[in-house]
Parts: sequence; structure tokens; C-alpha cells
Amino acid sequence: MYEFQYHRPNSLEDAAKLFDAAGDPQYLAGGQTLIPVMKQRLAMPSDLIDIGRIGDLHGITADKNALTIGAMTTHAQVASCDKVRESIPALASLANHIGDPAVRNRGTLGGSIANNDPAADYPAALVALGASVQTTSREIAAEAFFTGLFETALEEGEMIVKVTFPVTDCAGYEKFPNPASRYATVGVFVARTKERVRVAVTGAGLSVFRAGDIEAALETDFSPDALDGISISADGLNSDLHASAEYRANLIIVLARRAAAKANAA
Amino acid sequence: MPQLSLSVNARPVSADVEPRCLLSNLLREHLGLTGTHIGCDTSQCGACVVLVDGKAIKSCTMFAHQAEGCEVTTIEGLAGEGTLHPMQEAFRDHHALQCGFCTPGMIMASVALARDNPALDEAAVCKGLEGNLCRCTGYQNIIRAVLAGAKSMRGKHDV
Repeated sequence: MYEFQYHRPNSLEDAAKLFDAAGDPQYLAGGQTLIPVMKQRLAMPSDLIDIGRIGDLHGITADKNALTIGAMTTHAQVASCDKVRESIPALASLANHIGDPAVRNRGTLGGSIANNDPAADYPAALVALGASVQTTSREIAAEAFFTGLFETALEEGEMIVKVTFPVTDCAGYEKFPNPASRYATVGVFVARTKERVRVAVTGAGLSVFRAGDIEAALETDFSPDALDGISISADGLNSDLHASAEYRANLIIVLARRAAAKANAA
Repeated sequence: MPQLSLSVNARPVSADVEPRCLLSNLLREHLGLTGTHIGCDTSQCGACVVLVDGKAIKSCTMFAHQAEGCEVTTIEGLAGEGTLHPMQEAFRDHHALQCGFCTPGMIMASVALARDNPALDEAAVCKGLEGNLCRCTGYQNIIRAVLAGAKSMRGKHDV
């Protein structure tokens, strides 16, 4: 790993000042992706600004309309929080299946979505639930936030503060995990709110995307059988040693059916 | 070099280490606590699991400075004077180690798992140890040991 300077600010203001003053800085959240990437020498920030102890980035609040989760909330905290389990149980379940227990104790919501790994779980939840991302300078709708492969709408130095999820009528998430990493080979999040259905797919493309045909079918009939006869084109889907594009296309339908069944049972 | 202060196995520790020093390196190279093993060094294998403020984490994927002010417990901090921790005892009783390399991480992860889940069953142990690999593939005895260790931990040991 290359050398760097380490900073641990206690406030958003101090973090921003440190970022502006540094040559090639990067924010450090839980480090579960950044540290391995730095070990491989694929990243060499001059300064790491550890935002893990900034109070404004922690905490979970809920009311009858929305659930708001601070950016530095760990996957384990999301998974075990009663407020999350009661208002959006599918989100708690998703968090409980990221990586492994030790990774979930360090990895954070904000870190995950800022990285926008194409196989990460959270992007599917944010897009399907119609979440909004509050940053240090603005609010960004989830669909506008995830812009491409490891790319987001975040500007240089802009930091995620919290994510707000509107409470849905019901939701379900299913993934086909890579057996080693537990990243989603494909993951499908289905959410229904006031007769509207949103379906988001992760792991299959360069970045999370919505599946319009599946949404339309589930809006007509919110049951797994509604997806009989629907097929997804493999064009543009990821293909690697774990799964071909055609296999992933098929998985999208299979997992959408399971996610819809889960949502119905919720 | 920045100064770092934390508690390791209930003893206060200060160290001057580079920002890029990982917690696993601090424990092994600076404090001589070589019970924490570095297997893959890529946060896959779990041999380096320790407790930080009571939570199981992979010490190869945390900078030492991120543990400033924290309470760290390693495998060396489990046993009392002349008595093994119930989870260590269970691993011995059930022959839950072959080469033993994964054992410190397995035990630390299992202690946290048992403490956080009073009603552990086999499926919960399997899911709870997903992040710990045994390349001898001795999983059956590990599962037996964790279930037995969890049972004897109940009500009589606090970690």
C-alpha cells in the first residue's frame, strides 16, 4: 500500500476543509472496499479523511412516511434496527446478507452507494424504493445518483450525509450471491407503493437499472405468475466467468418472481 | 508519525505507527500478539478476526488508527488465569481444529456470534461463520464446537 496522510475530523465542516486542503484526498467510510483496493495499489490517495466518527452521519430515524439512515450506519446496524425491520423489512434483510458478519460490522450504507459497485446490493434497494440521497450540498434522487460503472452523481468533495427511503406497502429482495464474495451475481428488488410497482436490478448490468417490462406486468397483477412469458434481453448485460449474459437475463426473471413472492408474503 | 492510543485485551496501549499500518499488523508486529493470523490479507478468510468494541471485525481490513480509543480483544485476551474461555475449551473438546491456522479467527467470530444470538442452531452457526474459511475443511467439528461453546457461555462468561 502506498503512503498517505490520515485525518479523523469530527464535523462535516472540518472534513470539507481537510478535503479542500489536500492534494488527492479520498473519504474513508468503513473501508471494506477502499482498503482492499489500496492494498492492490489500484488507489493511491494522498490523504484519507476518515468520516467514521462524524456524528451527523450516524443514526436511523423513522416516521410513518419515511425511513432515514445516516451514511455511516453499518450494514449490521441496518439489519438489526427495529425501526428498519418494522417499516421496510426487505431493507433489513438485504443488509443482513451483504458480505459476512465481520464485513457488515464495518461496511456502511454511504460507502457502499458512493462506490456503486455494479454487483452491490444497496443500489437496487435505493432505486426500487425511490430513495433520495442527501449530500453535503443537495438532494439527489436515487435513479439520478447511480450514473454508471463505479460512477455516481457525486461531485469532487461532496459527501453523502443520509438516505431517505419512502415507506412502501410491501417489498422483497432476492439475490443469487456469488458463493465467495456474496456480491450479487444478480439481485432484484421489487417494491409496491400505492398500486405503483418499481423493480430494480443489480449485478446484471454496468450499474443498477429498472426493469420496465417486469414493473408493468406486476402492476397488472402483483404475483409471481404475472411474469410467465416475459423474457429479458441479454444485450448489454454483464458476462464473466461466473455467469454469461444469457444466464443473468434468465436470473432476472427467476429472482423477480421470488422477490415478488417475498413481497406478497411480507 | 501520529500517536495512537487504544486498549488491547484490557490493557492501555500506545504506539507510533504509520497511517497505512493495519490493525492486524499493529497487533502482530508492534504488540507481538501473533495469535491473530493473517491468511488471505484480502478480507475473505477471517483468520484475522478480532473484537473491536465487542464487534467481530477483520483486522486486515481496518487501519490501526481507525481503532483509536477502542477496546480491542484478541484470542490472547480470552482465557482467564489458567482457564480457557468456554469457546476455546469447546474447540479443544470437539477437535475443531486440524492445522489450526483459522482457529483464532473462528473462535473470535464464534464468541461474538454466541453472545449476540442466545438461541444458536446449526444453520445460524453456518451463516454466522460465512466469513471464516477453514482450508482443512473441518467445518463439521467447528459447528459442533461452536454450539457446545455457546451453550457453556450462556450465563457464565462475559466477553
